[in-house]
Amino acid sequence: MSLVAPAPRQDERVRLLARRAKLEDIAEKVLAHERLSHDDGLRLYKADLHAVGALANHVRERLHGDLAYFNVNQHVNYTNICNKLCRFCAFQRLPGQAGAYWMTPEEAAAKVTAQLGEPVTEVHMVAGIHPKLEYSYYLELLRAVKRARPSIHVKAFTMVELDQIAKKAKKPLEQVLPELVAAGLGSVPGGGAEIFAERVHKESYHLKISGEQWLEIARKVHKAGLKSNCTMLHGHIETLEERVDHLERLRHLQDETHGFQTYIPLSFHPENSEMSHVPGPTALDELREIALGRLMLDNIPHIKAYWILMDIPIAQLALSYGADDVDGTVVEEKIYHEAGATTPQKVQRAELIRWIEDAGRVPVERDTLYNVVWSSDESLARTGEHAPVGR
Amino acid sequence: MPSSPTGSGTAPRVDLPHPAPAWSAARASQAHAGPHAAEIERIAAQVEAGERITPAQALVLHDHADLALLGQLADTLRQRKHPAPRVTYIVDRNLNPTNVCITDCGFCAFYRRPKAEGAYTLSREEIDAKLDELAALDGRQVLMQGGHHPYIQSDWWCELLAHMRAKYPDINPHALSAPEIDHFSRLEKRPVEDVIRDLAAAGLGSVPGAGAEILVERVRKIIAPKKTSTERWLAVHRKVHEAGLRSSATMMFGHVETAAERIEHLERVRALQDETGGFTAFACWTMQPEGVPEEALYPAKATPGVYLRVQALARIYLDNVENIQTSYVTQGLKMAQVTLRYGCNDFGGTMMEENVVSAAGCFNLSSIERIERAIERAGFQPLRRNSWYGIVDARLAGHEAPRNREEAATHKAVAGGLAT
Repeated sequence: MSLVAPAPRQDERVRLLARRAKLEDIAEKVLAHERLSHDDGLRLYKADLHAVGALANHVRERLHGDLAYFNVNQHVNYTNICNKLCRFCAFQRLPGQAGAYWMTPEEAAAKVTAQLGEPVTEVHMVAGIHPKLEYSYYLELLRAVKRARPSIHVKAFTMVELDQIAKKAKKPLEQVLPELVAAGLGSVPGGGAEIFAERVHKESYHLKISGEQWLEIARKVHKAGLKSNCTMLHGHIETLEERVDHLERLRHLQDETHGFQTYIPLSFHPENSEMSHVPGPTALDELREIALGRLMLDNIPHIKAYWILMDIPIAQLALSYGADDVDGTVVEEKIYHEAGATTPQKVQRAELIRWIEDAGRVPVERDTLYNVVWSSDESLARTGEHAPVGR
Repeated sequence: MPSSPTGSGTAPRVDLPHPAPAWSAARASQAHAGPHAAEIERIAAQVEAGERITPAQALVLHDHADLALLGQLADTLRQRKHPAPRVTYIVDRNLNPTNVCITDCGFCAFYRRPKAEGAYTLSREEIDAKLDELAALDGRQVLMQGGHHPYIQSDWWCELLAHMRAKYPDINPHALSAPEIDHFSRLEKRPVEDVIRDLAAAGLGSVPGAGAEILVERVRKIIAPKKTSTERWLAVHRKVHEAGLRSSATMMFGHVETAAERIEHLERVRALQDETGGFTAFACWTMQPEGVPEEALYPAKATPGVYLRVQALARIYLDNVENIQTSYVTQGLKMAQVTLRYGCNDFGGTMMEENVVSAAGCFNLSSIERIERAIERAGFQPLRRNSWYGIVDARLAGHEAPRNREEAATHKAVAGGLAT
């Protein structure tokens, strides 16, 4: 592995910026690979963005050099029916409400079949909590998708859905998880974490599992041998203290399980939600959130700038503020294309590669578990091997 | 053989793609770990010490510095020039009196050949109706540009300007790009300074920087062979400044130019500014290839990372230009917020109607409120300005000079104010 170690000169510029921003002590900790405290996190939220970004970029390059990951994937949201009434959600519909839908396993699988001509490696499958769906539905959903495309990795069911699935199964989650895996579950996405603080839980998503429950389910997922991602929904009613607390709780669980692959800050989009009066994060806030994730979560390998949510320009820039992943192509099923033709997936894949290269990074296509599918520089990341992570 | 959509019969167009430069971003980590690291750090220290950089040094930054460093340096310089956390903008609208043009630029989706379908020239009534709308919003400027119309000459414009001066005294005509003024000079077979003198006497208040594209002849021969040359563009702005008017400078990049040619453009602007001091501001944007006549000949639209790199470098290089504008019309409001920390201090105009860029498939138009909110939320106080970057905003006690073109004409190209 030949990741280039940052030269001392960059240390000096990082120190210079940190000194101007009165972050010398934090910079020394970062340069010495020491863990940051709750207070450090709070100060980073309030300090000059350029200095915070430089610190995060230092860590990013120590871990990943210039490598920047993406995958070729598709999304299936099998239902938008949900009874959790989260105030920040614009996706949910109540049963019977206009626009409410749910897919049979066959309908969900058809979306995967529609992209058989595309080099898709992952289907990301999440949805609302539809109270009427039975345990057998979830198992059949997984089986149908795997039948449609046996090679595909199914990343499905947030901790919130897993809680519901176990309830429907009337069995402990520890027993349910192996059955889901047998049916085709490959790993677990990171959504539904929102902000762990109980105050925020009560005020904005009280019908959904609490932060403690989310973490407990994640623990069980990891103990079952599954990898997952983790998230934080920022920019609504939470305080900076509650954000730092959220990151610390993720870090604490990760020390125990090492099951989180990637942290993804999710920007709150107020449009059409009950919180449409909240302005939502700016581009500068989003860049800072990426940097905070990279600096606080010293034990989570990857930080993702989810381009669909952040917008392309900000995700591209985030690769200089701590992010090493931009998520996938996320092309929705359209029409079947002949192999060899220019397909939407190929166009989107080429676009991702261009954004990454223009940001001065080395694009690498990965699968869900960070095995290298394609590398633009085999000397840095080798096809077929696991993504290299420096120390 | 596809025929050129704009071919007028003189030089046959070559339908091969325009040669795209082979520029690619250097790996970001190499900026501080690679062979250029020491030099980049020396240049950065020089910039922070307030010293001017050379074209060769600018090229090193352009090609090898990482985006974050360019942002840090540009932000530092912005703060030195504009210590108060303010971002200005102007309530204005675009008004394109005609879209008839004989310049046939393949990157322009706005123009029409004379007598082509969709070709128009606005009547005085139509123009007044647009200005009435602008006046109702307390607008301060109308950005008026048109095509190079084969028959419309400076007298038509002088009449319009005089009319506007009388009827809309608060709306400054920020009008006529250097190529248009040069076009009049050729049509009317008289020196460009005579044309400028007449336009200024009629009421022209300031001159936009349009038509600069890239101020390098190799590039202009490819993308705008019939448009005013580099030397003429600069000469017209020099004359504009000598006549006591201020103008702005622009750059459209991300097409066929090389990195060195981007720097050369910046150098031409900086050199003229050293000479005259007449530029109020600089704005750059990436070419918007969607839907333009020669779309197939151009490379794909430059990504935001490239835009940000060049925009930050412009602040660093143009040490003698006070104001650097963001381009929210081409980059979107979110990216514009970022540019406020990458060297920009001005949001440009509200552009109630932006025909030229929006005709090229870019519809990021914003209301005044959206601009105000975007600036505020990025951590700055939004303030309205006039064409000469004087503040005209009730939120700031009193008015900050310059209030008008006469007060603005204090730069070194003119002695004793506007000579009319």
